[in-house]
Formats: sequence, structure tokens, C-alpha cells
Amino acid sequence: MATTATIYHRGMLAASPRRQRIMGAAFLLFGVAIWLFFIRTVQNPNEVARYAMTLNYEAETKIPDWIVPVLPAMYICMGISFILGIYQIARGFKRWTNLALGLVVALFIFAFLTRETAGASISLAGIFYLTLSSAVTLTMAALSGIMSERAGVVNIAIEGMMLMGAMTAAFIGSVTHSLWIGLIAGIASGMLMAFIHGVLSIKYKTDQIISGTVINIFATGLTSYISTKFLQTYQYLNEPGVFEPIAIPGLVKIPFFGPIFFNNNICVYIMFVVLIVLQIALYNTRWGLRVRSVGEHPKAADTLGINVIRTRYMAVLLSGAMAGFAGSYFSIGSVGRFDNLMTGGRGFIGLAAMIFGNWNPLGGFGAGMLFGFADALGSKLTILGSDIPTQFLLMAPYIATMIVLAGVVGRTMAPAADGVPYEKE
Amino acid sequence: MNKTPFSKIKNATQIFFEELIHPSPSQKSRRGLGGQAVLIPLLAIFTGLVIGAIFIISTSEEVYAGFGKSFAAGLAASWNSVASAYSALFTGSIGDPSTIVAALKSGDSLAIKKAFNPILESLVAANPYIFASLGVALGFRAGVFNIGAEGQLYMGAIFSVFVGYSITGLSPWIHIPLAMGAGALGGAVWGFVPGWLKAKTGGHEVINTIMMNYIAYNLSTWLLSGPMRRPGAYNPITANIQPSAILPNFFGPPTRLHLGIVIALVMAFLVYWLIFKTTWGFELRTVGSNPKAARYAGMNIVLVTIVGMTLSGALAGMGGANEVLGVNYNLALAFSSGYGFDSIALALLGKNNPIGVVLASLLYGTLRNGATNMQVVSGVPIYIVQVLQAIILAFIAAPAIIRTVYRLRAPKEGEETLSVRGWGGA
Repeated sequence: MATTATIYHRGMLAASPRRQRIMGAAFLLFGVAIWLFFIRTVQNPNEVARYAMTLNYEAETKIPDWIVPVLPAMYICMGISFILGIYQIARGFKRWTNLALGLVVALFIFAFLTRETAGASISLAGIFYLTLSSAVTLTMAALSGIMSERAGVVNIAIEGMMLMGAMTAAFIGSVTHSLWIGLIAGIASGMLMAFIHGVLSIKYKTDQIISGTVINIFATGLTSYISTKFLQTYQYLNEPGVFEPIAIPGLVKIPFFGPIFFNNNICVYIMFVVLIVLQIALYNTRWGLRVRSVGEHPKAADTLGINVIRTRYMAVLLSGAMAGFAGSYFSIGSVGRFDNLMTGGRGFIGLAAMIFGNWNPLGGFGAGMLFGFADALGSKLTILGSDIPTQFLLMAPYIATMIVLAGVVGRTMAPAADGVPYEKE
Repeated sequence: MNKTPFSKIKNATQIFFEELIHPSPSQKSRRGLGGQAVLIPLLAIFTGLVIGAIFIISTSEEVYAGFGKSFAAGLAASWNSVASAYSALFTGSIGDPSTIVAALKSGDSLAIKKAFNPILESLVAANPYIFASLGVALGFRAGVFNIGAEGQLYMGAIFSVFVGYSITGLSPWIHIPLAMGAGALGGAVWGFVPGWLKAKTGGHEVINTIMMNYIAYNLSTWLLSGPMRRPGAYNPITANIQPSAILPNFFGPPTRLHLGIVIALVMAFLVYWLIFKTTWGFELRTVGSNPKAARYAGMNIVLVTIVGMTLSGALAGMGGANEVLGVNYNLALAFSSGYGFDSIALALLGKNNPIGVVLASLLYGTLRNGATNMQVVSGVPIYIVQVLQAIILAFIAAPAIIRTVYRLRAPKEGEETLSVRGWGGA
């Protein structure tokens, strides 16, 4: 199916001279945009932007605010963009092109943020904290997608599984007064949805995208139904509470990063553990090789004695567990209650993060952080009273995903047998 | 035998029934397969309603209270909860027969309108679904999975409401087609982009249309809270459209049935004609069902994919325009209650055939309209309709389940299965 697409090698693509020049021009354009939109609009040349670097001022580790002179900072950003652009056109960054692109985009965002903060202050630590908390669900959703698609089952039902997880965790957590039982129930409900997806798409060979759509509609209807009928009527059924943050001794004292990464609730740590375990398991274990072979070439895998059907069921169930966990984080990990449709399409963004990260767990995490950052920036800028509509910021991840998917930043490669039901001959 | 017209009809009826009862062997096999094509959706709907009933029973507090007293009381309570829910669903969607009879007897035109209003409201509810699911079905026929109907609907609504309120002094004969066309254009643009991306870069339309949905949603939020907000309004809502852009109402208030339903049916006919009666439609179906064969036959796959997706978007956009011009007269935040997503299920339920799609949309509009009444009367939340929809769709997509449950014979020839191509897009 997708073999024609995989012939393009990333290195080859990056080396094509036309692409090299287009990229270089893009870098220069970013530089021009910094001048056009940010530098020209500065009224007071001596203005400074104040970045708060400490999350909690009562904490032991305090770092002073970072005071950035607006105009020089933006000139530096512009200058680096120009230098990178000229180098890219003249010599080319070859296989580091995407890294250079990332740097230019980061400079542009920094210039933008500095322009918006000019004469005021914004908490950089706060932005990163928010980024992480929204990245938890996005990353878990992406991991969920990776798990199942690496075994060749397309899972667009992540959104539905997350909703089920969120609702079940809130409901069971409230009834049993135990967050842990709630979490387990949330994971189990995600797995139940995944099981239905598995039966429809593996056993009955229903088209996997249609089966996923069924799960999404079903979960949306079911959670809204139960929530309207019970959770909203009886408040005590919807008061699970949230996991308290646990500070990791020692690590939490690292300046700046410590309070952001090492003072979170258990769900965040679990996310990191799952991320690392999945990354290692997929690429460095026999189990991972088997899963991937089922996703790439199930017939060959079957010939070698791997049970394709069982592997796929297992992958889909694990995927459901991860999506259920991601959903539980919504209700009992951050908000402390269930609202109708509270996942708000994060499952689909997680899917985008999966593609953005090229079906690779660490890549998915990177994309999740990136999308989470756009999210966090949006909400912080609203507070700042920015004149740039936040809606455009919120659009950014979607537009970026479409650009990536179109092959502009290098091709992503889906597992070859992704979405193809396996029929034993 | 005298040849009066009456006997002719009688004869024809007789022949028809004979044909029905004693089909010739060759026809038998064909009809058997065709019969299942109708039977399976019907059984799926029936099974869905049964599962829905189980659902209502198991979430009803009265039932548990009843079983607490005695087994018989529990059974009675179960029956009551299902009966009250489904009868409320019926009277809410079709109308209460006794009220209709009484109204007809009284001859009061207002009373008659009120009595027939539930069924008219069902048509109003079904109206946007017909547009959107026709669009999705057309996409499926062309081999593209348009999950973006929701975003296209939003763009259609934005475009048409803008034309609707900003242009003044036009005759309705010009203004209505113009506003409707603007809606189609908005949706078409939103369909063209993923279609073009798919044809030219291989970027899968499922992801691209999902992304376009969110872009459209954010765009509408921005427009409604900024440039297009009604002057002086605090909440995000546009100005009302000019009276000349309003789709005429058939029976006058309190009923709301408007010209949109006719437009929808005309579009359904056009889509039917296009995909089954024209050469281009044949190309479209070939590209959709067997792209390799289409390529060998020298068909322009790129063009068909792009045009198919664009038309699909245009139809969905008309659905948005329909709601703006016929029902709401303005555009408010989050005006769509997931029309785009439900329409995917409806297109599949109608087997991507315009006639089936219209029937499925009518059924769903009826259910949805009745469910509002059901929520009020019997306290069963409206969302049960979505659960039913999912269950029915699951059975349609996996007919083997229905065959196992009802011991139907599997068809000998390979039946048409619903499928979408994978991420690779090749």
C-alpha cells in the first residue's frame, strides 16, 4: 500500500537542492516577518519584557525574573534567522535541516512572545507547567495510537476511549472514594472500548476507520447519557477529587525545571514511565520486533510463527488501556469531575501528534509537548490581553500537522500494513 | 374479459404479486441478495432499538426500586420505563394520533398545524443531515473518507450568513440562491484543500479533514467574537440575515418546515443522477472502488479525487447554509450539534446510495426530534439516540453479527463491504 511513499528517504529528501533553497527562503521569510510584525510595531525602544522563572514563590529554589530588553532581543532573533537562512541557501544543513527549521520557528515564537509581553510580565515557568499538563493527555493519546498502529490497526477511536476513561474514572472514583480504583476502572473501560474495536476490526474485518467512528459515536453518546442521567443529577457521584502532587526529593530542587517536572501527580510520572518503556520495548526487545513486524508485513510474521491475530488484539487492548489512562487524567488527574465531552477532541490531536512524531514514542512526546505549548501559550496570552486572537494560536498545531503530512518537512512513514485487516490464507 | 381500466390495474396487480411469489430462478438469487440489503439495515435498526430498551431499563431507578419490591413489580417497572420512553419518542417525532384526529375534527387550522408539528419538526431536523450525509456519501463513492463534513458545515454557515446579512436590497429570487451558493462555496473550499493534498501529496484526508474541522471551528470562534459579531451584542452571534435571504416557510408559524427540504431532495436526486447516470459518475465510482483499474483505463484519478472531495464539501456546506437560512437566521457559537460526525454514520447506514442516505437521514432526524420529547416526558437523556446510532452502524458495518444472531444465510457472491483506504493513501 504505502510502499511508494517509503522509497523517499529522509536524508535524500533533505539533500535535494530545490528543497534546500525553499527551506532557506523560508528561514529568511521568518526573519523578515520578525522585522515586519514585531520590530516595526515597537513604540518604546527601551521597553523590557519580564519573564517569571519561578513557579511558586514560596519554594526554596528561587531564580530571579529574567528581564529581556525587547528591541535587542528581537534584533538578535532576526539576525540568527537571517544567518541560518543564508547558510541554508549557500551550503545547506543537510540532515540537520529540520533541526534548523525548529530553531528558526522557536526564535520566531520567542520574538512573538517578547513582543506580546513588552512592558508587562509573563510566567515562563507557568507556561511550561501548563504545557506539560496538557502534553500528558496528548502524549498518552499519541502512545495509544502508536501502540495499536505499530501492530497494523488504525485507531481513530482514541477520543471515544478517552471519554469513557474519563467518565468511568470519575464515576467509580466517586463511588468507591478511591482514586486508584477509579484509575483502574478508567483504564479498564478504555480497554473495553478497545476490545469492541478489536472484535469489529480484527474478527469481523470491518473497516478500521469505520469501526473507530462507531466507537467514537458510541462513547460520546454513552458518556453523555450516563453523565446527564446520573452524574449531573447526583453531585456525590461526580466528586472523585484529584491525585495530589508528589514532589520527588532532590530532583525537585533543580532550578527552573525541578518544580515543573518533579512536582506533579502520579499520572504525570506514569506517563513518563510508559513513554520510556514503550520506546525501549518497541525498538529493543523481541516483543517489539514482533509487534512491528505484524504492522509492517503480517504475512511474513505469520510465516515465522507469530500469531498475528493475538498480537493485534494485545496491541489494541494496550492501546485502549493507554487511552483510558489519558482520559482518567482529565477527570481524576486534573479537573476532579466529569463534564460532557470534556476531552474536547484531544484524542484527535493525539492522533496528529502520533503522525507528527512519525509513529515513534519519543517523537509523539515531542509533538505532544509542542501542541501542549501552543495550548498553554494560548491560555496565557488570553490572560495577558493580547491583541492577537488566541484562536489563531490554537489553529497552529493543526496547520503544522497538515504541513507535516503533506511532506514539506520530510515524509512520515506509517507502518506498511496499517489499516489492512489480516486474512489468513 | 372486458378491458376496463380498472381490470387492467387489477391484472397488473395480479401479475405483480405472481412475480413476487413465484420468481424465476435467475431472479430469485438476485432478489435474495437485494432482500438482504434491505433486511439487514432493518434488522440492525430493530436490534438497536432492543439494545436501547435494555439500556433504558438498566439505567432506570424505578426498575431497581421495582425489583427491590418483587420480581413482578420489577418487570412491570421495566415495561413501563421502556414503553413510556419509546411512546414519547413516537409522539415526539410523528405526533400523537389522538391529537391529530381531534385537530382534524375541530377543523381549526392552528390546531391542525400544532398536531402535525412533530412530524414537520422531524423533517426540519433531518434536513441538514440529508445535505451533509449526501456529501459524505459522495466522498465515499469517490474513495475519500470525508470526516470533515463538520468543518465544511461551519464554513458553509459562515459564508452564507455573511452573504445573508451583508447584502441588502436584493430580491429573494437572487438572494436565496446567492446565499445558498455561498454556503456551497465555503464548504467546497474546505473540501478542496484536503482533496488537493490527498491527490498531490498523498496526505491522508482523514487526518487532514479532522485538522480542517478544528481550524474551521477556531476560525468561526474568532469571526463570531470579532469581525462578524452583531453590533452591540455581548455574546458571539452574528447579525440576523436579511428577510430576502430567508428560506420561505411552507405553513407559517408555529411550524418551521422550509424550502430547504425541497432543495435537499433535489440535491439527492442530482447526486443520484450524477453518480449513477453520467460518464463522470462512472469514473468517480471506478476511482473509488478500484483505483488501479481506473488508472489502467486512463481515468484522471487526481482530478476525480479533487472534484469528488470538493463536491462533498460543497454539499456539507449547503447543510450549514440550510440551518442558517432556514432555521436560525443567524450564526451563533457552536451552532452544530455534531451534524458532520453523525452524517458519516448516516452515509454508511444508507450504503452511500442517495436514496438510502435520504431515508437514513429522515430516520435519524425523526429519532433525534423524538428524543427531545422523550427526555422531557420520561427523563431518558437525548444521548440515547447516539448510542442507538452507534449500535446500528456497528451492525451495518459488520453484517456478519446480524447474520449470526438471526441465522441468516451468508450471500454466495461477495457482498459490497464498506471500506476506506489506509493512511498511505495509495
